[in-house]
Amino acid sequence: MRLKRPSIPYIAWMLVFTLVPIVLILYYSFTDRSGQLSLEAFSKAFGYTDVFLRSLWIAFISTLICLVLAYPVAYFMSRQKKSVQNFLTMLIMIPMWMNFLLRIYAWVTLLQNNGPIDTMLSFLGIHTQLLGNQNAVILGMVYEYLPFMVLPLYTVMSKIDFRLIEAASDLGANRIGVMRKVVFPLSIPGIISGITMVLVPSASTFLVAQYLGGTNDIMIGDVIDKIFWSDNHTGSAIALVLMAAIFIFLIILNLFGDEEAIAE
Amino acid sequence: MKQTKNDIIVSLKDIFVEFDGEVILNHINLDIRDKEFVTILGPSGCGKTTTLRIIGGFLEPKTGEVYFDGEKINGLPPHKRNVNTVFQKYSLFPHLNVFDNIAFGMRIKKVPKDEIKKRVKEMLAIVDLKGYEKRSVSKLSGGQQQRVAIARALVCDPKVLLLDEPLGALDLKLRKIMQSELKQIQQKTNTTFIYVTHDQEEALTMSDTVVVMNNGIIEQIGSPTDVYNEPVNAFVADFIGEANILNGVMIDDCRVRVLEEELECVDKGFGQNTPVDVVIRPEDIEVVKPEEAKLVGEVVDVVFKGVHYEMTVMCKGCEWIIHSTECSPVGTTIGMKVIPFNIQIMNKMFLDEKNTFYADVISSDKTENSITVRVEDSEFEIEGHYYEEGTKLAISIPPSGLSIAGDGVGHLDDVYIESVIFKGEHNEIILESDSQKWLMQSDVDEQVATYVPVKFDFAKAEFRVMEGENEA
Repeated sequence: MRLKRPSIPYIAWMLVFTLVPIVLILYYSFTDRSGQLSLEAFSKAFGYTDVFLRSLWIAFISTLICLVLAYPVAYFMSRQKKSVQNFLTMLIMIPMWMNFLLRIYAWVTLLQNNGPIDTMLSFLGIHTQLLGNQNAVILGMVYEYLPFMVLPLYTVMSKIDFRLIEAASDLGANRIGVMRKVVFPLSIPGIISGITMVLVPSASTFLVAQYLGGTNDIMIGDVIDKIFWSDNHTGSAIALVLMAAIFIFLIILNLFGDEEAIAE
Repeated sequence: MKQTKNDIIVSLKDIFVEFDGEVILNHINLDIRDKEFVTILGPSGCGKTTTLRIIGGFLEPKTGEVYFDGEKINGLPPHKRNVNTVFQKYSLFPHLNVFDNIAFGMRIKKVPKDEIKKRVKEMLAIVDLKGYEKRSVSKLSGGQQQRVAIARALVCDPKVLLLDEPLGALDLKLRKIMQSELKQIQQKTNTTFIYVTHDQEEALTMSDTVVVMNNGIIEQIGSPTDVYNEPVNAFVADFIGEANILNGVMIDDCRVRVLEEELECVDKGFGQNTPVDVVIRPEDIEVVKPEEAKLVGEVVDVVFKGVHYEMTVMCKGCEWIIHSTECSPVGTTIGMKVIPFNIQIMNKMFLDEKNTFYADVISSDKTENSITVRVEDSEFEIEGHYYEEGTKLAISIPPSGLSIAGDGVGHLDDVYIESVIFKGEHNEIILESDSQKWLMQSDVDEQVATYVPVKFDFAKAEFRVMEGENEA
């Protein structure tokens, strides 16, 4: 069992920096300031229900847009020559080499009033507020997380044997039939991990809404960030609810995926 | 069987295919008769799979026409062709079970559910997999996956079934069983099978017609007995079954000289004193007492092969293979007798034994007595000869003057090995460079369909200056 040894640092790391914080969050959630067992934090957390639901909604929409945009891109990539594939993967990754905040700032500059896009639109006679609304937040999120959708999809799709596609068309399937009956079912594991990779961080993201959204577009991540300064009990409770919600969703997602993959 | 024109189900006319400048199919023509078991046989890289992919619609020929049942089907995508394929690695859908794999094609054609059930069941019975409907395909053995793949293709009721080396991944015993099963399935379903393989035994066992391919062309089409007994050239004789292939000279009709002995044969029409290839199958040689035969040799090796002994006999510097049920021990001198009917005479695949090629002198050095010439895309120096700059030379080198550059630096690079045939003494290798073919003699077994650097031995070369205008 020598092989287990190299994983000890990782396990230790997980214990100290993941498991212990989760236990702490559990502890803070179910106690009040005096350290007594209490559900006060949760009742306070319910005051943020609307923010919570809106955050999940934005996360869902962003994930969906990511999926729709990424799926054809990933399929296209997976059917190229190996060298082209590597090049395209690099193109997808390049934005991630830049700092997260810088990318958001870049969007602020692009979208702000009298910014390049606004100027161009008003030149065409369209006057609209681009920055400071929910759409801008979704745009920012999609931009931020699109690579996390493309890469798992691409990884799974590039493993689909090209001969299966030939076999399907040999058996009479046209392009749509091939996609629906072969590529899609075989890419489900990629869809699931793509959704996981995008939905989870985008539901709990912060700063994006602060920079790109209006005053009403604040997301639950921002709330947690703010509340923790003054009240880590309520902050912990919100974080716990968010974790639970995401966890339940992922379980459902995986069940659906398994059935889909086995049955027709 | 009487043939009319209507019997032809698939017809390829003047098909030409190349990838990156490399010719894969060189203007081939092929007619396939309905309800036949046709095997396309050839070594790897000969273009047999490409031919199959053209019929299946996975590849478009650069030029040439594909006819199916009398209609031109160039450009028609695979899903619109009444042809199904059994792929080399089966390509079963891993996300579907056996039933759903077989039902795939019918579901696309919107066949009613009850009918699908019925036909899948029938098909599973044909391929001997009753009760396997719900199994996962990844849990089946190679032979079972193979049969699912056949069922999946056959259930669509195609007019033609294409099989791309379907037994390649199976072990020998299973392969033998599947061979006879395939033949039975073909007869039961009354479908045209086009079967691609590099295994000559498979081809001879199963087929009605064998198509022998090499290097992008069709060498011979015929029944298994025809291609075995009457091969058209040394390549076919060598590729199908075992054969003693020797250089001979046709003295006159029915008289051939081999190893300085004149033998009687039955072939006519080769002219007088024509160089030919002589093929004698190992089982056609009768071992007799030395004084009873013209050809006499010494047994140098004996291997027991179960049904017969395989003896290697040295006769006048040539190696002969003999199959016989009686063993002559190593060291004995025997006579080898062949009845005239069993001596096959065929035209040489390659006539120019001088390997004449043309070279331009691009620079010359009188003091060093050397010239630099350009041949095709290569430039190299020849020492010991002097010609003026600008001279056009015709250089001839005998087959023994060519060799494969062991150090990787040859006079010509990337020369293609088209065929390697053992002629008793040496291997005769036919090479192809950009502009011509070459004949090389070698004692080494080279790999067919590879690219090698070739070296010339100019000590054996003859030089001739071309006068003025190019007489080539």
